[in-house]
Amino acid sequence: MAALDSQTYTFTDKGRFGVIALGTGIVFTALTVVGAFTDSHMFFASWLTSFAFWTTIVLGALFFVMLQHVTAAVWSVVTRRAAEALALALPVLLLCFIPLTFGMHDLFHWSHAEEVAADHVLAWKAPYLNTTFFIVRGLVFFAVWIALAFVLHRRSVAQDTDGDVAHTYALRKISAGGIFAFAFTVTFAAFDWLMSLNPHWYSTIFGVYVFVGGFLTCMAVLLLIFQMLRRQGMLEGVVTIEHFHDFGRLLFAFTVFWAYIGGSQYYLIWYANVPEETVWFLARWDNGWKAVSMALIFLHFLVPFLTLLFYRVKRNTVLLRTIASLLVVMHFVDMFWLVMPTFGPGVHFSWMHLTSALGIGGLVMWMFWTRYTAHRAVPASDPKLADSIAHRV
Amino acid sequence: MKTHGMIAAFENPAVLLTAAARVRDAGYQHFDCHSPFPIHGMDDAMGLKRSPVGYIVGGMAALGATIGFGLQTWVTTSAYPLVISGKPMFSWQAYIIITFALFVLFGAFGAVIGMFRLNRLPRLHHPIFYSELIAKASDDGFLISIEADDARFDEEQTRAFLASIGGTNIELVRGEG
Repeated sequence: MAALDSQTYTFTDKGRFGVIALGTGIVFTALTVVGAFTDSHMFFASWLTSFAFWTTIVLGALFFVMLQHVTAAVWSVVTRRAAEALALALPVLLLCFIPLTFGMHDLFHWSHAEEVAADHVLAWKAPYLNTTFFIVRGLVFFAVWIALAFVLHRRSVAQDTDGDVAHTYALRKISAGGIFAFAFTVTFAAFDWLMSLNPHWYSTIFGVYVFVGGFLTCMAVLLLIFQMLRRQGMLEGVVTIEHFHDFGRLLFAFTVFWAYIGGSQYYLIWYANVPEETVWFLARWDNGWKAVSMALIFLHFLVPFLTLLFYRVKRNTVLLRTIASLLVVMHFVDMFWLVMPTFGPGVHFSWMHLTSALGIGGLVMWMFWTRYTAHRAVPASDPKLADSIAHRV
Repeated sequence: MKTHGMIAAFENPAVLLTAAARVRDAGYQHFDCHSPFPIHGMDDAMGLKRSPVGYIVGGMAALGATIGFGLQTWVTTSAYPLVISGKPMFSWQAYIIITFALFVLFGAFGAVIGMFRLNRLPRLHHPIFYSELIAKASDDGFLISIEADDARFDEEQTRAFLASIGGTNIELVRGEG
């Protein structure tokens, strides 16, 4: 069991979490790679699903850190170091991006030259949608995110030792620009990796939809991480029920925002009733997909909405934990719902979905835990730390 | 002249907080604390329950959504059925935006009107303003007032009690009407 010095917030014992995560990551990634030799088509589809699932969550952490700096948030200072460490898992996801570039022909219809030649729309989009530019863009996105994650973490950790308040102001400036770069890169990453699976179809709000789902799930993941730390006796009296209450409020707000964005996308397309747009929703309604779509509406929105509405639920750790876990599962279903209808009519859940999610997730969590335990568990010299610990809803 | 209550000043926010808890523990129900700024933990110290305004908002929002959805269903399916761009008469998707808008509108009405009703507003004058001391609540005063209609209110005992928990400048609030 991991342990924490309650005075300096340094880890005296890193526990087994990192080892378990790394083991899970290696074993399940290896299993998934074995699957690539039995069914490469399904391997790439499930790898993309899990890659999108974890990348959006980790990007949510990067956004959470920048949002705190930009708004000079007080309540969340005690939670910031964990979010910074989670964002440092981005290099792992860059490695996970590489397999996708080998599956371009399996995943992306537009990567076939003969298809593009026979299709006027794809030929017109070819200057943007071509394999080289796709990979270059992917690398640029990761370069921007990784640079931000590293700078935000390095300055924050530097403040732990020198206690210089100048870091706080520098981080605020970096985040103000960073959040702008983040908005563009996340939007285009969502267009590239998920929307271009159907290269004829487009929705300008798509990037927001993907981002919101990721941020929501990141809040759920952070809530679960802090509950795990608290159950192991760490951060007692530092991360309190007041902070969990605020996480519950963010879950509530963003499950509503997720439904609002998803709904806006749906109603506009429903109103216009243009076949080349409605086809995307038809593919997510026929052949068994209706059940998945309904599950998203009920379990990704209605159930969390109606439960988190109540004050007592947001102050009940067991209920919060249950709802956060549900939201994590539903985010995976959401990514599955975005990716899989492209590959054949029915709902095909493969064992590789499970193994790739656990494989990438294990590696992400290992990286997180390694980075998190290497430094103090909270920004110990942040000028707002005392107020954050004393935070009351 | 009528006695409306009693008011006392306290040293600082921390003293006010403990004094409020003492007043609550002494069994007083109709009392209030006045300070130039919000004091964290005061709701617990005074023994205040959570405001029921959330339930009023919830009820009103549900009512608004029902009215919005019901009105559109009635108009488009029975009162004035009209085929619009080949869609079915009962096209619930088209109703959602107005349903949502009325959900929010009625919820906001519930919040504003519910807050006013629960605070017994609008009210042009409150007897506490007969007090000399109350003006300091918007400057540097940390005050507790106990109303005369409280079951435990007694001029002698309440005055002694307020003095015993650190109250100074204790003043009987008296005025016409």
